[in-house]
Amino acid sequence: MHKYIIKRLLYSVIIFFFVMLIIYVILRCLPTSYLENVARQMSQRPGSKTYQEWLAQLEAQYGMDKGYLGGYFDWLKHFFTGNFGDSWFYTVPVIEKFRETVQLSFVMGLIVMFFEIVISIPLGIVAATKQYSFTDYAVTVIALAGISLPTFFFASLLKLVFSVKLGWFDLFGLVGRNYEQLDAMGKFLDKAHHLVLPIVTLVVLSIGSLMRYTRTNMLEVMSADYIRTARAKGLDEHSVIYKHAFRNTLIPLVTILGGSLPGLFSGALITETLFAIPGIGYTAYHAMVGGDIPFSMFYLAFIAILTLLGNLIADLLYAAVDPRVRLA
Amino acid sequence: MSEDKNENMVPGQEQPEYALDDERRVKVLSPGAMVAKRFFRNRVAVLGLVILTIMFLFSFVGGLVSPYKEDQLFYTETLQKKEYAGAVKNEDMRFMGAEGQDFSSIIQAQVVLAVTTRKDVVTYRDVNYHVTQEGQDFYSVALDDGTTIGIAYTDVVSSSIEGRKLDFDFVFATLKAYTNGQDAFTLDGDSYTISEGGLVEKDGEELAFVSRYVINAISPDIFLPREFQEELATSLEAGDDMFTFTDAEGVESEYYIDYKPDVKNWIVRQETYTRTYDRYAAPSREHPLGTDRNGMDMLTRLMYGGRVSLVIGFIVEIISLIIGVILGGLAGYFGKGVDFLIMRIVDIFYCIPSTPIIIILGAAMDTMGVDPQIRMLYLMLILGFLGWPSMARLVRGQILGLREQEFMVAAEASGLRVSRRIFRHLVPNVIPQLIVSCTMGIGGTILTEATLSFLGLGVKFPFASWGNIINDVNNTFVLQNYWFIWIPAGICILLTVLAFNLVGDGLRDAFDPKMKR
Repeated sequence: MHKYIIKRLLYSVIIFFFVMLIIYVILRCLPTSYLENVARQMSQRPGSKTYQEWLAQLEAQYGMDKGYLGGYFDWLKHFFTGNFGDSWFYTVPVIEKFRETVQLSFVMGLIVMFFEIVISIPLGIVAATKQYSFTDYAVTVIALAGISLPTFFFASLLKLVFSVKLGWFDLFGLVGRNYEQLDAMGKFLDKAHHLVLPIVTLVVLSIGSLMRYTRTNMLEVMSADYIRTARAKGLDEHSVIYKHAFRNTLIPLVTILGGSLPGLFSGALITETLFAIPGIGYTAYHAMVGGDIPFSMFYLAFIAILTLLGNLIADLLYAAVDPRVRLA
Repeated sequence: MSEDKNENMVPGQEQPEYALDDERRVKVLSPGAMVAKRFFRNRVAVLGLVILTIMFLFSFVGGLVSPYKEDQLFYTETLQKKEYAGAVKNEDMRFMGAEGQDFSSIIQAQVVLAVTTRKDVVTYRDVNYHVTQEGQDFYSVALDDGTTIGIAYTDVVSSSIEGRKLDFDFVFATLKAYTNGQDAFTLDGDSYTISEGGLVEKDGEELAFVSRYVINAISPDIFLPREFQEELATSLEAGDDMFTFTDAEGVESEYYIDYKPDVKNWIVRQETYTRTYDRYAAPSREHPLGTDRNGMDMLTRLMYGGRVSLVIGFIVEIISLIIGVILGGLAGYFGKGVDFLIMRIVDIFYCIPSTPIIIILGAAMDTMGVDPQIRMLYLMLILGFLGWPSMARLVRGQILGLREQEFMVAAEASGLRVSRRIFRHLVPNVIPQLIVSCTMGIGGTILTEATLSFLGLGVKFPFASWGNIINDVNNTFVLQNYWFIWIPAGICILLTVLAFNLVGDGLRDAFDPKMKR
């Protein structure tokens, strides 16, 4: 087990190295318009150095003059010593901006995950136990519709109905107009109120896949021999399904849910942007569109680490939950 | 089976008796036909297929049938209020110098001082200026020797004849008569009449017009006829906020008057018909779904947008299919080192956060100003290149099991080339799974493309795609008022992606021989 974990960790480090190398090269190949803009502004000040000199100085400052590999190793060194640089777009240290925003995204992700589990697992089980019934078809079609819904379209529909027509929620933002005048409880409620629509969007879009996954796995378990045995020895349907079938369905479910735990930190890029919720996704979107290389590099590295961590957790959980699985 | 057979029987005709194991007793279906049969039994999947067919017809045939082109603009005549003239009630002294005399602004200021302090003479630089009241709010300025050098007045004389300037003597005489309430005066032997409204005539010919209001056209090429000025002056006196005026060509227009208290003048706006883009037109017989922001027919844009979205979906999937099958096939067949290497590459690509990367590349293409057509090509390449790892994993996983089977031993024994063994004998066995994965993949790609285009980072104007049609909803006003701009496009995306998923699901069930139904 320990040997396996160490091996997997080593692989992950190697993969991380190459992933970030690719990302670094892509970002370096882009027109570094931001530095050029700054250099142009600086060179236009009275009595200033020329544009070329400024550009050279800025590139040296940001480690852009070392060639691709040299620059990359420089970045790696800084990254692993905890020096993430300053964001060009937000003009604060990257880590500071990250700390400000990641909490909100995590809370949102946690709430979404809770609703996702509570809604989709029971529905998936019902669909599987009543295969080919009306419920099954309804669940299947709703799940597929949820997967097929474009985020932005659903978000716009919600805004039209609940913000414009009914006027229950604001169109954008995390806090209302009179946020500053509210007391602590009021502030909390105001934020919660503004998070309703984004969370509904995320939940509706995410329940589909988990519902399908539950249903598929439940069906597989239901056709296993031990279920027939359980029925044959005269157990009632309830204990067949919930004591024997569901517990075995839990194995893949726990695996996939465990694997998605790190993803809670990654934020919802599109949804946060649509509702202007200042989480990590929204922040990263504006940094990326604004050509903010330090923040983008940090965000991408963060996402890559989360993905690797998720895969690792899923694999380890799979072995931990199911005693039949042996790790090689 | 037996029922089928009975139906085929023709009554009264002797049916030949077949032996129990006779092939003719059994209806033989090819594997493909079996799959089709299973597929068509699944109603939900057939529904998906029907939707897909409609969408394809809509996008690819619709564009040909539609009477409009993708980027055809429509215009409309709208009533717009345009600024036409400005009017101000003259409260200040105005000045006019006699020909050949120096009547500088310093002297003018002295004159104003003299008038307000009710003095007759002002002295400036040892020269005396005699200010004489000639009429109501009308003064003349003369030197010691009696030469008139200028006048100061508040009623304004403007010429009735386009392009003609009025000379000093005429203005002097007119004002003198007008301010003293006379209805006629003579100048240089000619006699003129002044009506009560301030109209100056000579032998029935209009020459000039006296009024307390100064009226100027907004643009210098418009000449305001006297009737217009009179009409405006009466409306201003009466405090109306609009009036109607018929000009020399007989065109009747409505004029709206707004008073601006801060600058103490009136703005007159003329309501005229102007040709503009027919933007956000409501659905009508010519435009069943209205027109968009640029005045293009929405339904036609939707058709062409569907074309772009579907074509992008297919091409992206083909690109990732080609790369995935080749690399997955090689990894699965050779195993060991090759497998290890390729699968680590797959791991790396799996780990690249694709959405952020596409957003960054899209934003970079914005700064570089890439041509929209080339941009579309890049978009397909990027999406295809980020999508192949799952395909490679699928192919490799299947081939790992298949290559140990007897038919592969036979293929090897018959001395076939390796490439033939992989791509003619192994890969075809994976095709069912590939078809399922591609069908669902196209749906996913359409969603990704739509999201990108919605964010303004995918397909760009002038090309339409379902995503960039909805893009307009970012404008809150459109969200609130023009449902026909974004709801149809959203429904198109939803239906198409849903249909691809339903068909993919149906195909998976149909291909799966373990299916019990």
